[in-house]
Amino acid sequence: MQEFVEFTLGGLGDGVIYAAIGLSLVLIWRGTRVLNYAQGGMAMFTSYLALFIINATGSYWLGFVVALAAGLVLGAVLERAVVRPTLGKPPLNAVIVTIGLLILIEGVAGIMYGSKNRSFPAPFSIVGAKIGSFALGPGSSPTAIFTAAAVLAAAGLLALLFRYTAVGLRMRASAFSGTVAQLMGIRIGRITTLGWALAGLIGALAGMLVTPQTFLYPNSMDSIFVLGFTAAVIGGLDSPVGAIVGGLLLGVALNYVTGYVGSNLPELAGLAILVLVLMLRPSGLFASTATRQV
Amino acid sequence: MTLARHAGIAIVAGVVLLALSARLDSYRQYQLAEVAATVVAVAGLTVLIGISGQISIGHGAFMFIGAYATALIIMHLNWNLALVILASAVVAGLAGAVMGVAAARLRGPYLAGATLMLAVALPAVAYQWQGVFGGDQGLDFAVTTPGFLGVNFGLTEWQAWVCCVCALLVMVVLANVLRSRVGRNWRAVRDNDTAAALAGLNVAVLRVRAFVVSAACAGVAGSLLATTMLNVTPGAFTLALSIQLLTAVVLGGLGSLAGAVWGGIILVLVPPFLTNFASSHGLASAGASVPIAGYGLVLIVVMLAFPTGVQGGVRRLLGPVVPAASGPVNALGRRWPAIRKKAGGRDAGHELTSTQEVDKEGTR
Amino acid sequence: MTEAASLTVTDVVAGYGSAPVLNGVSIAARPGTITAVLGANGAGKTTLLRTISGFVRTRSGQVTLDDVGLSRRSPDDIARAGVAHVPEGQGVITELTVEENLRLGLLLRRRADRAPALADAYQRFTILADRRRRQAATLSGGERQILVIARALLSAPRVLLLDEPSLGLAPLIVAQVMDLIRQLRDEAGLTVLLVEQNARSALSIADRGAVLSQGKVVAEADAASLAADVGLRRHYLGF
Repeated sequence: MQEFVEFTLGGLGDGVIYAAIGLSLVLIWRGTRVLNYAQGGMAMFTSYLALFIINATGSYWLGFVVALAAGLVLGAVLERAVVRPTLGKPPLNAVIVTIGLLILIEGVAGIMYGSKNRSFPAPFSIVGAKIGSFALGPGSSPTAIFTAAAVLAAAGLLALLFRYTAVGLRMRASAFSGTVAQLMGIRIGRITTLGWALAGLIGALAGMLVTPQTFLYPNSMDSIFVLGFTAAVIGGLDSPVGAIVGGLLLGVALNYVTGYVGSNLPELAGLAILVLVLMLRPSGLFASTATRQV
Repeated sequence: MTLARHAGIAIVAGVVLLALSARLDSYRQYQLAEVAATVVAVAGLTVLIGISGQISIGHGAFMFIGAYATALIIMHLNWNLALVILASAVVAGLAGAVMGVAAARLRGPYLAGATLMLAVALPAVAYQWQGVFGGDQGLDFAVTTPGFLGVNFGLTEWQAWVCCVCALLVMVVLANVLRSRVGRNWRAVRDNDTAAALAGLNVAVLRVRAFVVSAACAGVAGSLLATTMLNVTPGAFTLALSIQLLTAVVLGGLGSLAGAVWGGIILVLVPPFLTNFASSHGLASAGASVPIAGYGLVLIVVMLAFPTGVQGGVRRLLGPVVPAASGPVNALGRRWPAIRKKAGGRDAGHELTSTQEVDKEGTR
Repeated sequence: MTEAASLTVTDVVAGYGSAPVLNGVSIAARPGTITAVLGANGAGKTTLLRTISGFVRTRSGQVTLDDVGLSRRSPDDIARAGVAHVPEGQGVITELTVEENLRLGLLLRRRADRAPALADAYQRFTILADRRRRQAATLSGGERQILVIARALLSAPRVLLLDEPSLGLAPLIVAQVMDLIRQLRDEAGLTVLLVEQNARSALSIADRGAVLSQGKVVAEADAASLAADVGLRRHYLGF
């Protein structure tokens, strides 16, 4: 029983990170049908920036804030400079460009900071909680709780933004129909940039929260990205809720596999889950069947 | 006859390469083998992406399969090398068929995601069943030069020969397939799968076939690399390999076999060059990262500078096969091309349908 | 409502791909009038509206709103200039609610004007008020047409472009929609460019009409004259 609780909480803790990456991918995908393969790389890079600030000033939270701000800016800049020219062209172009971005960011990080593993501070203690002598595992540590809270808060704020603000309405309209949005005077270019900025922010948040576990090196976000991508795909790329649900499901399922079956198998389990879901629902669990207007 | 022409080119190239390999030192022979093997993989991926219009960011997985199949067959069975390579191709091709069946149902990023996951998950097999696959250390084995070449024939030269010959064979086969009806059908499916289906083509079968062919090529490449390195480890088949293959396809020109050759050459020869360059200019610690950053930069620049990609380029060469872009111009002055409509958009109604006008020419 | 403007199209050549669809089209829509654009399928009517609203680039010629040039500007820019285009097929965003669709129109209004404008719209179009919280996908064809016209009006446009508002609607609903358009001109003095296949309905409310055939204007006159010209009607308009 204790194992089950440990694995479940740990899985939710992992899942929340996958959900965050998945959510940032969905944010970008909905508006422009671009899948940002560099999302993990961007998060890694902002974490390096944070580490630099943390080491220079001794303040974790300053680094945290800088990372988030950098995520915003990086997202906006990359969209405008590199991804915007691929709009309206064959989808493969955007795939190659974002993969190129990923490789470039990893290379630049390696050049600037070297490629050896660096340890990364966590915001709070990483020691799991206990109820009496019942240990709940690392998934119940203050850091883990903060992680979950932060991601869910971010998702919640996004949801509020979308539903209740004019900007949110513009973003949703642009995502559902770029043509109609333009007819309504919406500058869909700016909306796209905003989407990337927000995605960069969430990605940076995920990076800050998971890097204490993975250590920081140029490829540290690669496997997180793959799982976040899987979460988004499972949930359906058009669905923010799907990304969150997909992430949590994936995190818990993989943790069960690692815990109960064997530590070499999470990737294979992930593949199996992905294949299973896509065979049943080729567009993801939460794919809507409403037709989209161009 | 194109078969004769392709074979002729291959024979000439073969003679040139074999003569060349005699003059190279051991390390260069090894590189020649590597280039040849890589070209095979890149060519297969070019067929999949550029010709049949699908995507795979996990093709390293099929190389992994081919390589390990080769290692296991050599270690446990005493087969002729040619047979070993062929068998590896078949095994990889079968895996490609399985993937292809999945691919037939999936589009765009969903397919990309599945191939990505495949590339990440498959090497884990080596760790899980260590008894068979050797875990982290992998498998080591030996290959000997055949008797008829004489006792003193260098191993690396033999390996280079094997790889070059196989590469030429594969290229001839691919070139002929691309010229055949299958190749034309693949292009039709790539350009407009709805129209292709309406014209009676079995889109799903064609897609699977493309996957089988490209996976088999990757399997051959993996097999060739294995016989060259005499060792297979999971660490040689990471996700980075799959992305490098994709890079090579793009750099080579996304759709031509000649381009695949260039892509393979660049992929093998440029990184060591860049690393040396970096080291000699005082960037030793960043040595490995410079070619990485360089790759990324080149990919971005190439894609931005040649925005229409292969589909646009080919279309321009052949003339409009389908009505030209029939969608609205977006705010940034670019047309949404017909391809984007396949993502579920509904045609907002345009005037290119035939008119119901009365025939007589009215006065103007 | 802001004052209506004149919309002038001068010698416009535009289209997709290699052959232009519009081969030198000139049309003038005077302020506060309904100008019908008629002709068979393929004549270029929809392309004309798309060119005006910026989705199709003009290869030569000019589009002006009062005296301000519109050619070469982006669609969202043109919308902000006061040209409201209701596209063929309506352009309802089905994933949003009725109210959210309407709010899209409000985005171009000043904050202070938004709430009163919306209240007015609900008062005028009670059918939308009844369904305001429902997903737009649940509306019938006629209701959607009303929705998009209301949405366009909410942006306080100076010119309204309507592309085949009668398409797919039952005759009774068509009459209601045409009536609405006529009221908009009468009460608010709105300038309307009305593309229609249903020439009879369009001419019944229009002030002037232009007939397009194969990308050229083959006839332009006041609506009554066009309707009376039997030969023209039979040849180009189908009745």
